[in-house]
Formats: sequence, structure tokens, C-alpha cells
Amino acid sequence: MDFSFNIYDLTSFTKWIDTSLYEYCAPFWAMMWEMIIIGVSILLFYAVIGLFLVYAERKVCAFMQNRVGPNRVGPYGFFQTIADLLKLLMKELIPIKKADKFLFNLAPFIVIIASFMAIAAIPFSKGLHAIDFNIGVFYVMAVSAMSVIGVLLAGWSSNNKYSLIGAMRSGAQIVSYELSVGLSLITMCVLAGSMQFSTIVEGQKDCWFIFSGHIPAFIAFVIFLIAATAETNRGPFDLAEAESELTAGYHTEYSGIKFAFFFLAEYMNMFIVASIAATVFWGGWMPFHVYGWTGFNNVMDFIPPFIWYIGKTFVIIWIMMWFKWTFPRLRIDQLLTLEWKYLLPINLINILLMALIVLLGWYF
Amino acid sequence: MIPEEISSVVELEQQEYIINVGPQHPSTHGVLRLVVSLQGEIVKNLQPHIGYIHRGIEKMCESLTYQQIIHLTDRMDYLSAHMNNEAVCLLVENALDIEVPERVKYIRTILDELNRLASHQLWWCSFGMDLGALTCFFYGLRDREKILDIFEETCGARLLLSYNTPGGLMWDIHPNFQKRIKDFIKYFRKKLPEYDDLLTGNVIMQARTKGIGILSLEDAINYGITGPTGRASGFACDVRKHYPYSAYNKVDFKEILYTEGDTFHRYKARIDEMWESMKILEQLVDNIPEGDFTAKMKPVVKLPEGEYFQRVETARGELGVYVISKGDKYPYRIKFRSPNFCNLAIMNNLASGFKIADLIAISASMDLIIPDIDR
Repeated sequence: MDFSFNIYDLTSFTKWIDTSLYEYCAPFWAMMWEMIIIGVSILLFYAVIGLFLVYAERKVCAFMQNRVGPNRVGPYGFFQTIADLLKLLMKELIPIKKADKFLFNLAPFIVIIASFMAIAAIPFSKGLHAIDFNIGVFYVMAVSAMSVIGVLLAGWSSNNKYSLIGAMRSGAQIVSYELSVGLSLITMCVLAGSMQFSTIVEGQKDCWFIFSGHIPAFIAFVIFLIAATAETNRGPFDLAEAESELTAGYHTEYSGIKFAFFFLAEYMNMFIVASIAATVFWGGWMPFHVYGWTGFNNVMDFIPPFIWYIGKTFVIIWIMMWFKWTFPRLRIDQLLTLEWKYLLPINLINILLMALIVLLGWYF
Repeated sequence: MIPEEISSVVELEQQEYIINVGPQHPSTHGVLRLVVSLQGEIVKNLQPHIGYIHRGIEKMCESLTYQQIIHLTDRMDYLSAHMNNEAVCLLVENALDIEVPERVKYIRTILDELNRLASHQLWWCSFGMDLGALTCFFYGLRDREKILDIFEETCGARLLLSYNTPGGLMWDIHPNFQKRIKDFIKYFRKKLPEYDDLLTGNVIMQARTKGIGILSLEDAINYGITGPTGRASGFACDVRKHYPYSAYNKVDFKEILYTEGDTFHRYKARIDEMWESMKILEQLVDNIPEGDFTAKMKPVVKLPEGEYFQRVETARGELGVYVISKGDKYPYRIKFRSPNFCNLAIMNNLASGFKIADLIAISASMDLIIPDIDR
């Protein structure tokens, strides 16, 4: 197969890599090479996005707080996070007395692996998709829920009372909000008729689900945004960290690169939930199309799918940052009340409504 | 007789989960240590441990002249530095029967209110921060900066003013003084509603504060809780209103009183006080009479033998200064009745039974300044 690179459709490019590898290597080694290539590229993407998000958050929050934000290292302080990362790499890893050494060291890896695995199932562009399961939505949810184990272990093994309270809060919080995340995504799966990300994106060719599913889709989107923010332990749901109550919550005792792992994982989790929201509700890499407006649709098609995907994701990330830097933190009982007494019943009714709409064909 | 291993298990089960909030903790705003015993998230008992920033100010004052004591009072409640200065100055002036010029009284009152505004702004910053709304911090500091600039132009200092001296002021005001205050009031009248938009009206903030840490009027009086904290419970304790000093009898202002006494109304009381402070400033700023900036004083101030007491209203409540003089140029004994010390005493009653997050909200609404507690 000849080499071809088309920014609008990367399927041929990835196919070309695949076929040429199988041409030159034995099938086993070809598969190995593919895994290595995908692993390394995801790792690179992960690091770049993570560093960029930290920078973006600092700039966004500076913008909201009448400040300038990082502006010394590089143009507009662009390399500030790289400098910070180098600093964290060189910092001492302080050993904790009477801590459970094995679990203490394991916890940051579990957190980071969970977010790393989730990113593999996300469609970045047409054809740029590491694994395309038929249960992609389910897989992402299952894998990203794993991070709670890391948080719990971190809090438990630190031998610190603040950490323990933080971990217990986080456990209660993530387990509860997992329900809302799942149910709101299931609402959309009902509309899409599939749990496979590629089918979901293809289904939004003419109209994004948030428009075609109108009322229930919008409700699901709002619930997803709230629940996903809670699941990523970000403000106003950052009870597990709660720096004014628990100093730093579950990662109080971590230093150096282990702290950086928690820090990076938080930002990557935010990126992952934002890209799932973008994919399921806003059409992922699918350009904005209006049924029947051929000229308009062609202009929209001119923008590469990857740009669409990144753009949508960052709009959602911006919304999440916006309310993080505006709202005060909730209290633990209010947090659980919100989930069990409001979001969950609304969600269940919403699924019924969506099912009704799909059955009666009232969607666009 | 219980076997040892069983008794140790029993002991373990009965052990309380105790955490130390402080002395190094982000939301105690200083070196206050609260020993909190918890049951899950719920605070069962709370014991404040103080003394981490005890500098022996009262003892030091015994070997300092009255002019020198002024500079130490700054270091107690550093956010109401000017009010603290004024308390000692008024005491000396009353003891010696010195009539200070009207101009001094007006300027003192203006600076009192500016200082109160600056203090309440910083309180609002840290209140938001304790609740987890970090943006508040920068909004408040942005406006506080304007007041500190006025202070700097007036007397060179931004925080610890030491502008007062027995008999008057250190020196006269800057020619820009009135104009800058008028500019500030115009500016801050637009900015204060922003505080309400950002935090007061927020549904999470209201849910976090309403009905939390209710202080009854009875308790407020019994424990001597003064300032906005006491007034939020309906305790009419504003020294400015009931025992006016300086130019407070010439201005018209409202004593903010609420009867609910919860965290939200302590918050409300302070926000409303900012409006009242601006009202006072507006009435005074154009009417500063001409005259001397200090009364004629002897270089060595000696108080006649006897006991003296003077109180003023600081940003946090009633500050009392009690002096026993033996006719020396040094006080024989000086005692400060600081508002924060009394306000801290009620913490256990307010916070026990509520959650850790409520404890932080309550302590934020008390607006404690730790150096004033320890002195």
C-alpha cells in the first residue's frame, strides 16, 4: 500500500503503517511494534497535554482573578510548567515514618495508569483511534473509575489523619458520582444505539447529539458535566484535597515526582472527561453540520477533524475551569445529597424520557 | 479484671480521632492550634491551644513610655492597627484631660473607618478562600490595595500605621487625602456589589453558611462576644454607637444588627458594615475642620496615679485598655481586653456537632487574628 497522508482522514495513514509493519516483520513482532508505537505516542501526547493544561489552568485562573499568571519562563510564560516539572523531578522523595511503603509508592502509579488507559479509547480524529471497542464507553468508565483505588491507597498508606479523611471523602464521592456519569452516558448510548465510540461519532454526522436529542440530551450533558467534575476531584467538588480543611487531602505526604503524578493525573482526568463529553454530546471530531446546508457544511468540513476535537474539548475544559474558579467548595453531606437526592432520580427519569423519544422517533 | 490484650482493644475502640488543626494550617490564618476530636467528619470537641505567638506585649509595655506603647499596640490586631493606637491615645488624653483639636478627631475617625474597610476586605478574601472560592481573595486584595495606598501617602506605613500619638497625630494629612478618599468611595461603591455577585448570592455559599454555628444572644453576652460576630446574634455592642469617641457622635450611621447569629449573618453583618463605613466616610471627608494636627503636649507624659479604662471598636469588636498608673511615665500595669480572645472562647460551643468544613467556615466567619489573642 502506498504512503498517503490526508489530514481529513487518517485511516489510510494508519492502515499504511499497519500493512508495512506486517510486510516487514513476523505477525507477532509487527503487533509488538504497533503497541510500542501507540504506547509511546500516547505517552508523548499525555505529557504534552498535561503540561499544557497546567499552564492553561494557571493562565485561565489568572485571567479570572485580575492577574497576569506565569509570564517569566519563555514567551508568555509558556515553558513555566516545564520548569516546574524539572523542579519536581529533582526534588527529594521524603520517606514517611510508619507508612505502608509498598502501597505508598504504588498509589500514584495506579492513579496515573488509570488515566493513561482511558485515553487509549478516545477517538482523536477520523482514523486516529488506538482501540475501537464495541463497548468503548463502558471501557472508559470502568478504567477511569480505577483511579479511586489509587486515591484510597494514598490516603490509607500515608499514616496521616488528614490524608485518611481526604481518601474516605474521595471514596464516597467517586463511588456516588460514578452512577451519574454512567447513567448520563447510557442516556446518550440509547440515542446512539451503540457503545462504540466510532459509531457514536458517525451517528452525529448530520446533527450533534446535544441538538438531536434536545431536552433529555441537554439534561444528560449538564449532569455529566457536574458528575464528571466531581469524579475528577476538581473544584467545587475538590473535597478530597480541600486545601483549606485538610491541607492537601490524600496527597499531603507526597513530594517530588510522586506528587507530580497525582497532579498530572488530575489534569489528564479532566482532559479525558472533557473529551468524552465532546465525543458523546458534541460530536467528537465531527464538524458542525446543519442538515441541508451543503455550502455551509463544506466550509465546516474544511477544518480538520483533529482541530474540531481539540477545540470542543478545550471549550468544555474552559467551562470546568470557569466554575472551579468561581464556586466555593461543597460540604461532604451536601455533595452526597446532590448526587443521591437530585442527580440520580433526574437521571433515571431522563433515561426513560430518552427511551420514549427514541421509540417515538421524536429526535431530529 | 480484664486481660491486658482485651483492655488494649477496648482502649483502641474508645480512642478518639484527634486532629490538630494548626499551628501550621492554611485556614487558621496564623499560629492558632485547635485540637479537634472527630467522629467521622463530625466535630465532637474542640480545644483551642494558644500561645504560639505570645510576645509579652503587656509586660513590655510596663517599661515603655506611653508614646512608645502606641507602636506595640499595632502588633496586636495588625489589621485594625489604627484603632488599637487610638485606644491608648484616647486613654492618655482622657486621663490628662487634654482636649484634642476637632481636626484630629475627624482624621482619626476617617482613618478608623478606612482601616475597618481594609480589614473587612481582607476578611472577605480569606472567608472566600476558606470556603474554597479562591477568586475572592484577589478581588478583595485588589480593592484593599487602594486603601493601603491612601495610608501610605498619609503616614508612610501601609499596615502598621502608628499615626496616632497621645494628643493628636504624628503629622498633618497629605493634600491629596480627601480627593483620594472620595475617589475610593466612588470606586468601591461600584465594586462592593461585585462581592455579593461572586460570593453572597452563590447557592453553595448559602448552603454552607446558613444555619451553621448558631450563636445565641445569651451566649454572646455571657462570653462577651463583640464586634460583627456579636451583632449578628443581636447583641447591640457597637462602642461607636453607644459610647461614642472621636467624631462618631457627629455622624449618622446604623448599627448592623441581626438576630439569626449563624455564619451567614456574621458574613452579612460585615458586608453591611462596609456600606456603613462608606457612609461615615462620606459624611466626614468634606468636613475636616482646619486647625492643628496635635494638641500641645509635654514631651514626657505622666499619668496621675489611678486606674484608667478606655474602649474602642476595632474591626473585630471591642478593644479595652486598662491602665494602672503610679504617677510614672510608664504604666504600672496595662491590660488589653482583646476582642479576638473572647471570640475564640465560643468556638467549641459553635463548632461541636458540625462537620470539619463547617468548623472552617465558622472560624472564618469569626475573623480571628491570632497575634491579638496571644499578645
